[in-house]
Amino acid sequence: MSANTTIASYKQLEGRSKITNLLLRWFLYFILILFASYFIFPLYVMLVTAFKTMPEIRQGNLLTLPNQLNFESWIVAWGGRGYGAGDTYLRPYFWNSIKMVVPAVFFSTFIGAMTGYVLTKWRFKGDRWVFLFLLFGCFIPYQAILLPMARTLAVLGISNSILGLVVVHSVYGIPFTTLFFRNYYVSIPDELIKAARIDGAGFFKIFFKILLPISAPIIVVTVIWQFTQIWNDFLFGATFSFGKAAPIQVALNNMVLSSTSVKEYNVDMASAIIAGVPTLIVYVLAGKYFIKGLTSGAVKG
Amino acid sequence: MIALKIENLSKNFGRTEVLKKINLEINEGNFLVLLGPSGCGKSTLLNIVAGLETIDEGAVFIDDYNVSNVEPKDRNIAMVFQSYALYPSMNVKENITFGLKQSKTPKNKIEEQLKKVSTFLQVDELLNRKPSQLSGGQRQRVAIGRALVREPRIFLFDEPLSNLDAKLRVEMRREIKKIHKKLKTTVVYVTHDQTEAMSLGTNIAIMNHGVIQQCDTPKNIYNKPHNIFVADFIGAPPMNLIQGNFINGNFIPNGSSNIKIPLDKYDFKDSNNSKNEKSIYLGIRPEHIYIDKNNSDYFQISAKSELVEYIGHEQIVTFNYFEQQFLGKFPSTLDINMDKNLKLYIDLNQISLFDKNTKERL
Repeated sequence: MSANTTIASYKQLEGRSKITNLLLRWFLYFILILFASYFIFPLYVMLVTAFKTMPEIRQGNLLTLPNQLNFESWIVAWGGRGYGAGDTYLRPYFWNSIKMVVPAVFFSTFIGAMTGYVLTKWRFKGDRWVFLFLLFGCFIPYQAILLPMARTLAVLGISNSILGLVVVHSVYGIPFTTLFFRNYYVSIPDELIKAARIDGAGFFKIFFKILLPISAPIIVVTVIWQFTQIWNDFLFGATFSFGKAAPIQVALNNMVLSSTSVKEYNVDMASAIIAGVPTLIVYVLAGKYFIKGLTSGAVKG
Repeated sequence: MIALKIENLSKNFGRTEVLKKINLEINEGNFLVLLGPSGCGKSTLLNIVAGLETIDEGAVFIDDYNVSNVEPKDRNIAMVFQSYALYPSMNVKENITFGLKQSKTPKNKIEEQLKKVSTFLQVDELLNRKPSQLSGGQRQRVAIGRALVREPRIFLFDEPLSNLDAKLRVEMRREIKKIHKKLKTTVVYVTHDQTEAMSLGTNIAIMNHGVIQQCDTPKNIYNKPHNIFVADFIGAPPMNLIQGNFINGNFIPNGSSNIKIPLDKYDFKDSNNSKNEKSIYLGIRPEHIYIDKNNSDYFQISAKSELVEYIGHEQIVTFNYFEQQFLGKFPSTLDINMDKNLKLYIDLNQISLFDKNTKERL
C-alpha cells in the first residue's frame, strides 16, 4: 500500500470510529440513567408518601407529589400520639440502638486493630492458622450462632439487655475488623516496627504512637462497615432482646406489623426513613475516606 | 579494640539454613560491608546484630560483652533502613528525637542533640515537615539523623541507598563516607552493590548461601579472590576464567596443544599447590589484557575478536580463545579490528589460579 492510500484509509477509519464512539456513549448514559432511577425510585416513593396525609394516600397514586408538606407522620413516628398503652414510637428504641452501636463499633474496631497488628507485626508460630480460623468467622451465618450465643448470654446474665447486644455484635464483628486491619497493616513496612523497637518503643507504644496515627483510612472503613452492620441488624436484636431493650430495627418491625387499626403508610414510611438516616449520615460524613481507605495501600516510602 | 564479634553464628528459618557458622570480627572505627547476592543472608545477619532476630546457635559480642539476649534498644546500636522507615505521622523533629524520648533523656539534652545532628546533616530547615513532604535524599538524611542522635557504638545500615536514583545514590554514598570519616564510629553496612561496597568499606565480607566467602580489604577482594564465587561476583565485567590444565608449572589452556603459559612467578597460597597436575581455571581481569607489550611479564596470546561494546570511556571486547570466551577492556580511543586474530598480552603478575574441583584459590 502506498503512503497516500494508507492516509486515506486512516481518515475513513477515524471518521467511522468517531460515530461509533458517540453512539456507544449515548447508549451507556441511557443504561446508567435507567439503573439509577431503578435504585432511586423506592426512596422517592417513601419520601413522598411520608409527607402525605392518609386520605391523600388512599385516593392518589404512588408517584404524585404531596399537596402540601405534612410533618404529622414524622412526629407520630418519632414521638407517638401521646396516649397510653399500645402506642409504639421510635424515640426510645432509637436511643437503644445508639447505646448499642457506639460501644459495639468501638470495641470491635479496637480489638480488630489490635489483632491485625499482632497478626502482621508480631508474627508467631501458627499465626496463619489463627488468621484462617478468624476468617471462618466471616462466613458463619447469623443463624448458626443464635442458640449458643443465647446460652452464653444467659450464663453471663446479660440476656435481653443492651449490654448483651453490645457483646454479641462486638464478638461477631471481630473477624471482619481483623481482616480489614490485617490487610492494611500487612502493607506497612516491617522496618517501621524494627526502627521503633531499636528506638526503645514496646508493643503498645508502637501500636498507639506509630501505627494507630496512620490508620485513619482503615478505621473509617471499619467504622462504616460495623456501624451499618450493627445498626441494620434485625436478627440478633429480635432474638436477644425484646420489649424495652429492643433496638430500632425491631421496634420498626413491631410498629409496622402490630398496628391494630388501619395501616398508616405515611407513618410507616417516615419510621423507615428515620431508622435508615444514621447510616446515611455516617456515609456522607466519612464516605470520602471510605473510598480512599478501600483503595489505598499504606504510606509510601 | 574489637567492637563487634560474631562467633559460630547459625540461623534457620524453618528448615532453610540462612546462616551457617558465621565468624566475623570488626575493629573499632572500621567500616565493614556485608556484600552478596539477594538471599545470601546478609540482612538477616544485620538484623541479628541489631537484636531484631533471634539466634539459633552462636553468639554476638559488642565491646566484648555477649549481647545475644540483650534487647535491641540496649545494644548501643542504631540502624538505618532501606525504606528509611520514618514514622509517617511524626514530623522530622519528632522522628529524630523519638528514641531519646523513649529512653527518658532530659529535655535540654534532647534539644542539644537535635540541634547538633540537624545542623550536621543540614536538615535544620525541615524539622517541622512530615516525611511525606521530603524528597528521597532528605528522607535518607533524616533516617541517618535518627541514628546519629543516639550516639551509638555501632551503626547498622541495611541497603540504605538502594531506593535512591543513580545520581543521588552516588552523592549519598559520598556523604556516608564523609560522616564515617568525621565520626569514626564502627559501621556495619549491608548492600548488594559492589561499587558501594568497594568505595565505602575498609573491610568487605562477601557472603553467599549463608557462608562468608571472603572477608578482606577491598583491594585483596578485588585482586586476590579466595574462590571462584568471589572472582565472578566482583568486577564489572567479572574476572575471566579460562579452563585448562596445570602441568609442570605451566598452564595449558583447554583446546590448545602447544601453548604453555609459565606460572613460575605466581604466588601460591600453599607451595604444595604447585606440585601436582590438575584441572584449573586461570583468572584474569579484563583490564589486565593489553594490545601492546609494555612489560617483560606480559605474555603474548592470540585470540579472535568477536564483539565490541562501546561504553563511553572504554570498550569491552569479546574474544574467542580456543573456543573459550573472554573479555578485554580497552580505552575507547583504540581501534580494534573485528573478526581477526589479534596479538594480546596478559599481565602474569595479575592472574589468579583456581582449582577446578574445590573452586578455591591456589
